[in-house]
Amino acid sequence: MIELQNIRKGFGEKEILKGVSTIMEPGKVNLIIGSSGSGKTVMMKCIVGLMNVDSGKVLYDNQDFTAMEEKEKKTIRQEIGMLFQGSALFDSMTVEQNVMFPLDMFGTGTLKEKKARVEECLERVQLKEAAKKFPAEISGGMKKRVGIARAIVLNPKYLFCDEPNSGLDPQTSLLIDKLITELTKEYNITTVINTHDMNTVMESGDHIVYMYQGQKQWEGSNKDIVFSKDQKLNDFIFASEFLREAKEMRQLEMFKDGKWREQLKKEQGKEGK
Amino acid sequence: MEFKFFYHFGNFLLMLKGMFSRPENMKMYWKQFMQQCVDIGVGSFGIVFIISLFMGGVTTLQTAYQLVSPIIPKSTIAQVVRDTIILEFAPTLTCIVLAGVVGSKIASELGNMRISEQIDALEIMGINTKGYLIAPKIMAALLMIPVLVAIAGFLGIYGGKAAGELSGVLSGEQFMQGLRQEFKAYNVFFAMAKSYTFGFIIASVSAYYGYNVSGGALEIGKASTTSVVVSCVLILFMDYALTAILL
Repeated sequence: MIELQNIRKGFGEKEILKGVSTIMEPGKVNLIIGSSGSGKTVMMKCIVGLMNVDSGKVLYDNQDFTAMEEKEKKTIRQEIGMLFQGSALFDSMTVEQNVMFPLDMFGTGTLKEKKARVEECLERVQLKEAAKKFPAEISGGMKKRVGIARAIVLNPKYLFCDEPNSGLDPQTSLLIDKLITELTKEYNITTVINTHDMNTVMESGDHIVYMYQGQKQWEGSNKDIVFSKDQKLNDFIFASEFLREAKEMRQLEMFKDGKWREQLKKEQGKEGK
Repeated sequence: MEFKFFYHFGNFLLMLKGMFSRPENMKMYWKQFMQQCVDIGVGSFGIVFIISLFMGGVTTLQTAYQLVSPIIPKSTIAQVVRDTIILEFAPTLTCIVLAGVVGSKIASELGNMRISEQIDALEIMGINTKGYLIAPKIMAALLMIPVLVAIAGFLGIYGGKAAGELSGVLSGEQFMQGLRQEFKAYNVFFAMAKSYTFGFIIASVSAYYGYNVSGGALEIGKASTTSVVVSCVLILFMDYALTAILL
């Protein structure tokens, strides 16, 4: 579990994160959404420790990451897997060597065991046939999948994905989303995704944090989001006519399912607070 | 232009300090070190070979052109060529060329790794990126650049001999006789001291500029150019300082 307690971060005079608190649970796909400049990327960088927070705490399973020494942070970091926006694969290494790298650096098994693990991970992302290729020889979607394989090779407790669907076609995006969701459930990983992709929001968002101008504007699940009355969130999520219609259809679907009473109660309860 | 000498110098020292930590996996660090030795040593051998041969040849011809007095024996030309190459041309000229070849490669490689988030990826894995990426480069430069300078010295002298023979300025025997006249081993020590200093400057300055790139492809190019310019200026400055101190 990752808990953020009132984290703040600024650059010079400008405050980017203005006291954000939330809890990200294991086995759930936690999404950070928001328009460009809302502080999503800074928030993710603060969580993984690529940036230091100005104040507040980031807790990994109740351990204060922000107060840790560099040595202690290393221990936590070895439990983190991260998929970067540009995949961040090592250019000079083949796909297989990229996935093998964390195992070579931190793994303890024999070469045979390591190779078996790499094969398993590549099979998981359906890229076994590309093992000997270099990053420059594969497509953007394949690079993302290699990035995922590298991120999961050490069986991480926490998986971070920075815009995993950016620059990908809708089909590949769906594939990546499905893969991340499956891995999250299968290994009970605490997954945090920073995204703009509405498909990801609707399909995978077990827990969604909507950021607006450095603050947490709204929090809930993909089921709650269609009933949200938050104007800023609605303007962001259902920006097009098509999406507004889709929202109404989804609401209708939920009414048909008989879930509407439950949902209505939940919404009324939230507004009452 | 804003001159941030103390800012850069302070950051440079912090970068050097950051390199010293216990390696996460010694085998991987060793692999990285060997890779850098190949890149710096073998990768630059071709250019060093060509430059040294011609440097020696030109020195012989120019020295012969200037020593026209009939009372100066021809073997003196070889003596002048030997000392010029050992004292100055092999360490300084070779290192200025290496600042361009090796320095720009280090800066652009690290810059590209920074821009494409590869350095962030290593950090997230819990690897000390300064220790893993920069330290092996500096150590490899400290090992390989003196070797290249030594090779440049030998090749330069050989080039001088060949040019002397080919042009008919002096015979091979006269050249060999001159090479043995008043040879001071201290000059070799001086050349090695310079090459270690220059090797450190080339690798560390380029690594500093490459590691701290921010922005895009344009900034990688700028960092690469800046690293070569700063390295060359520092090499010339240290060349003067070491000559004044050690000779």
